Amino acid sequence: MTVKIEAKDLTKVYPSRNGPICALRDFSLRVEEGEFVCIVGPSGCGKSTFLRILGGLITPSSGRVELFPRDEKAPLQNIVFQEYAIFPWKTVLDNVAFGLEMRGVPRTKRRETARDWIRKVGLAKFADAYPHQLSGGMKQRVSIARAFANDPEILLMDEPLGALDAQTRVILQGELVRLWEASRKTVVYITHSIEESVLLGDRIVLMTAHPGTYKTEFSVPFARPRSFELTGAPEFARLSYAIWQELEVEVKRTMEKQL
Amino acid sequence: MSGSCWRMASCTRDRLISVFFPLALLALWEMAVRLQWLDGRFFPAPTAVAAALWELTVKGELLGKLWLLPGLVAAGDFSGARKVFAEGHLWVSLFRIFSGFFVGAVPGIILGVVMGMNRTIRVALDPVVSAVYVLPKIAILPLVMLVFGIGEVSKIVIVAIASFFLVLINTTVGVRDIEPIFIEAGRNYGANRRQMFRHIIIPAALPIIFSGLRLSLGTSLIVIIAAEFVAANYGLGYLIWFSWQTLLTENMFAGLVVIMILGALFTSGLQALERRLMPWQREEMPASADGADVGGTGKV
Repeated sequence: MTVKIEAKDLTKVYPSRNGPICALRDFSLRVEEGEFVCIVGPSGCGKSTFLRILGGLITPSSGRVELFPRDEKAPLQNIVFQEYAIFPWKTVLDNVAFGLEMRGVPRTKRRETARDWIRKVGLAKFADAYPHQLSGGMKQRVSIARAFANDPEILLMDEPLGALDAQTRVILQGELVRLWEASRKTVVYITHSIEESVLLGDRIVLMTAHPGTYKTEFSVPFARPRSFELTGAPEFARLSYAIWQELEVEVKRTMEKQL
Repeated sequence: MSGSCWRMASCTRDRLISVFFPLALLALWEMAVRLQWLDGRFFPAPTAVAAALWELTVKGELLGKLWLLPGLVAAGDFSGARKVFAEGHLWVSLFRIFSGFFVGAVPGIILGVVMGMNRTIRVALDPVVSAVYVLPKIAILPLVMLVFGIGEVSKIVIVAIASFFLVLINTTVGVRDIEPIFIEAGRNYGANRRQMFRHIIIPAALPIIFSGLRLSLGTSLIVIIAAEFVAANYGLGYLIWFSWQTLLTENMFAGLVVIMILGALFTSGLQALERRLMPWQREEMPASADGADVGGTGKV
């Protein structure tokens, strides 16, 4: 196995009116190529900050992070944002083709690729629609297709299904698992749903309450391809519960601080 | 404008009401003047106003002596043709409004984007902009005339100043209020500076920029009428003012009617432009529940 992501002692401190706030403290993580790593933690634990550091949107206050490209010309990483990050002023087709357009891929070629991915996420009939004509689940499919169409080596997913209702979420989890298993890209997946992380991930990293840092990790032994059926298995419930036992104390600490 | 109506029957009913009620008001007005409940010298009957409007048009005061145009153009006398328009109150006001609007709005948008993007420039200019913004623009007309004289330029400049600040402030707000996540998405997908402007900043701020344009076009109309009251020999404002001084109240009302029509045309013109430039803003029902055709999802 080759190392794809190496983060060492990452700390991010934000200035604020009430003095500096430490969003992330001494966080280290190594991700192998082709691995699907889920990061789970209570809200405000800095998991989104970590993802944005990986995505090059935030520079850490200290520590270092390295992503190892296989192909220098291909895009290295892209973020799958939540649904509201797709551009309302672009059609579904132009949203999905966005990364390709920024890289200067010719119009016919990028439209062809985008249409292909729009079809794969089941939105073929909506290629020329604008986002306001779509439901939340459909918008999230656009956001996922936008990242896959750009074909980066690493996918960074920032609670991509967090804003969806429970039923739509189950459908999209299934689709995401299927898309990923076909491509086997390296994935860092932020979520606060334990079930989602067990269903999707190869490895689950838990973070502590604020200021967030590494707490512990679990490896997920279930065979692939996986589907929602897995959530009915006793081993699935046992692993989810074991993770919850570790996480519970952190969640309670977070809640106490908010009171 | 009648609001949204869903059923055909209530739609027709709404439309009928919205047409007939104003007509009934006009009829009532007409009757009131004829029965001498209202003094026709101050409130001329609608028919008298319509007659005055017709009179102003055929005499060439409102639109200029348009019937001279073919002859002048045929004779190659283009300065004469221009003079025809320069003697029509409507054209004169329209020219002042649009040239001032253009001269003010374009730099307003450009500086607004710069102020929205650059914190230093914003902090430096904000107090100046806010201070000048609250000043009623017509109040600086004497100053403008001192600098630019009493000719056409002053009128264009005063409209430009009024437009500039409204567009500037709206554009700045529009650019500042762009959701940071759109900027992040642009950066993460490798947009360079130029692409960032074209694909994210301009379209994201466009709805607010447009509300600035709408406001400033309305304000331009107010400002030019007021300026023409005091310092002009042509223009709709002059027409109203002169009619008042000579007690030709029918002409005064005719001027008001023309301004009302102008205002309505400006509004609907901008709305049409907005629909064209921002198709994503069109009101439409979102697809029901989660309408994605899951069945059509091919194997990857």
